Amino acid sequence: MITNETILNKLKENFGEKITNPDLQYGILSVSTDHEHIMKVMEFLKNDPELDFNFLTDLCGVHFPHRDHQFEVVYHLHSFRNNIRLRVKLPLSGDSPHAPSMIPLWSGANWMERETYDFFGIIFEGHPNLKRILNVDEMTIFPMRKEYPLEDNTRKDKNDEMFGRDPKLIRADI
Amino acid sequence: METLIETPPRKVNIADPPEGHTGEGYFATRLDKVIGLARKNSIWPLPFATSCCGIEFMATMASHYDFARFGSERVSFSPRQADLLMVMGTIAKKMGPILKQVYEQMAEPRWVVAVGACASSGGIFDTYSVLQGIDQIIPVDVYVPGCPPRPEQIIDGLMKIQDLVHNESLRRRNSPEYKELLASYGIKTVDN
Amino acid sequence: MKTDGQHIVLQEDGLERETITLNIGPTHPATHGVFQNIVEIDGERIVSGDSTIGYIHRAFEKIAEHRPYYQITPLTDRLNYCSAPINNMGWHMTCEKLLGVNLPKRVEYLRVIIMELARIADHLICNSILGVDTGAYSGFLYLMQYRELIYEIWEEICGSRLTTNIGRIGGLERDFNDIAWRKLGKFMKEYPKALKEFEKLFTRNRIFMDRTKGAGPISAERAMSYGFTGPNLRAAGVDYDVRVQQPYSSYEDFDFIVPVGTRGDTYDRYLVRNEEMWQSLSIIRQAIEKIDKLEDKTSYHADVPQYYLPPKEEVYNNMEALIYQFKIVMGEIDVPKGEVYHAVEGANGELGFYLISEGARSPYRLHFRRPCFIYYQAFTEMVKGQFVSDAIVTLSSLNVIAGELDA
Repeated sequence: MITNETILNKLKENFGEKITNPDLQYGILSVSTDHEHIMKVMEFLKNDPELDFNFLTDLCGVHFPHRDHQFEVVYHLHSFRNNIRLRVKLPLSGDSPHAPSMIPLWSGANWMERETYDFFGIIFEGHPNLKRILNVDEMTIFPMRKEYPLEDNTRKDKNDEMFGRDPKLIRADI
Repeated sequence: METLIETPPRKVNIADPPEGHTGEGYFATRLDKVIGLARKNSIWPLPFATSCCGIEFMATMASHYDFARFGSERVSFSPRQADLLMVMGTIAKKMGPILKQVYEQMAEPRWVVAVGACASSGGIFDTYSVLQGIDQIIPVDVYVPGCPPRPEQIIDGLMKIQDLVHNESLRRRNSPEYKELLASYGIKTVDN
Repeated sequence: MKTDGQHIVLQEDGLERETITLNIGPTHPATHGVFQNIVEIDGERIVSGDSTIGYIHRAFEKIAEHRPYYQITPLTDRLNYCSAPINNMGWHMTCEKLLGVNLPKRVEYLRVIIMELARIADHLICNSILGVDTGAYSGFLYLMQYRELIYEIWEEICGSRLTTNIGRIGGLERDFNDIAWRKLGKFMKEYPKALKEFEKLFTRNRIFMDRTKGAGPISAERAMSYGFTGPNLRAAGVDYDVRVQQPYSSYEDFDFIVPVGTRGDTYDRYLVRNEEMWQSLSIIRQAIEKIDKLEDKTSYHADVPQYYLPPKEEVYNNMEALIYQFKIVMGEIDVPKGEVYHAVEGANGELGFYLISEGARSPYRLHFRRPCFIYYQAFTEMVKGQFVSDAIVTLSSLNVIAGELDA
């Protein structure tokens, strides 16, 4: 049985400086890496016989408008044999950030990457069919970004002032 | 075999006849009363179930709150053979054109009941992707509030539809007010 | 085509083979939910397919960023609405993990009873609707009666039938009263008989077996690569169950089997869900016995006044309770910053909650790891080369709930 320290040590052995920001929160270790090395890190985590992270639990995006790297793709991995979870984060910057697609390693990444593109506008290179999945195809904005409001600003039947919302402002805070 | 559920035998109610003149071998009454009586007791619904209210509809259709007692024994999934469009569940903006297409395919006379808070007004989802009530795109006859409404409430909505069906004039669907109503929603009919 | 004067003679190699494009959905019968499949069929065999979802996208993740923690529970109800209590409990456990709240054993056992009832309710619908899709309507009618009984038990506990909003962060909102225990006892006595009768109708039924054996198979490696979890993965042969691997809410105190199939086809999924219902009944029985043996007979929530809303009688009479009520509702409680991932075994698989908190009244980011969304990707691969009727039966046995698919 391996522990969080084993995972961190093995990653540091093989990738050294490229694994940054190790953090242990509520039992799950999380590490960050950058765009050029994420694919090799993931391949190592999946194919290494001791670590054996054969299951991609989740893939999602987060938007931090006040940070240097505005977007982050968060991968949750799970090793069935060792019964341990790991979180890998990939910070990205820019208005239309690019990340490599994980489909060659785990087929389940297909729709999860489409959902992240749909909500945040993160483009996954190598994805066979990167188009919107949950929103209408004609939508031009990426709705989960923090600057867009929850409500539909174009509707006429609800008076925003009655709800305490400024109708002219697109909300840029939480 | 032992029975699992014990039910006492019940009396069966038959619908009352309308007012009219009886005689030896004949019964004379108004045509629209007879047609209203026949229509109201044999409404074939089209369950347009999208989310949680659809599960409450399944419970209404099952044997505990039997829906078939009201004449809706045969639920039709084809719009051409249905009388009542029951929209149950949230309608997102992506689904709106499909709902309109289903409504346009139904033959007159047709009625619409919006079951649940989401179909009536958008419900708890005041978001960019949810249509805030189906009456933005199709005309609605009865709204059944609730999240989800209990089966008794859905049956109450159906009984209100039965009242509407029973008392509807035979000329209503050809009247200019009705045509204006459909035109205001942009619904295409056979004539235009 | 050539003619010999009188007849048109069709030649095998002269026929132009075309595939027909068939649109299944988004409004299709058997009330499964709204998702669309456009399949290319050659005769009756499916050559390829394309799924479109998003017809009920309600933007849960965006709404969650604008609501306080206790108002997100009704949102989680509407994810997998056939087994809403499991979603609620999963969310409460995520918040309790973030806040560092430990619950007394009695509360955890009560939660286990509620969650296992929800699992039975969901598998009940899935299997009986699978029967309806193969043409047998009576199985659905037999079992729906017991779902009504489960609704009545939930109504006694929380007041609502389907979208339950059950429990609070820190426990349950009220203890099970006598009527709830009586109804639970009635359910435990009567449901096994109904389930046995349902099994007699379907499990060794020649028509049902012919329809479902070999329909929509998937191998264990492909299932794991796609991220399957829950009964669909167990039917393919992998015994992964979150309740066993990473137990929550005292599941490690219970003794139950995790059923596993071999081929991953529709018949295996039906059998796995059926056996899970029996195991859930056994877990509920064990939980009732364990609750009787505990010394603690009254607690139904943890002693955390800063997170758990006080009862209304105390709010009206006691100053401290009034202050706590105000602080919790207005969001003046200090919430720790951090990120949590917590998973529960939902009826469809591993339902995960990834919560990033920046100390504010609402989460900064809340992501739901929805099992239906992840395993539905594999549908076109599962039905390639099969008949259209097999595709319908496969779709029904996967138990795709539209609310969880689109969120």
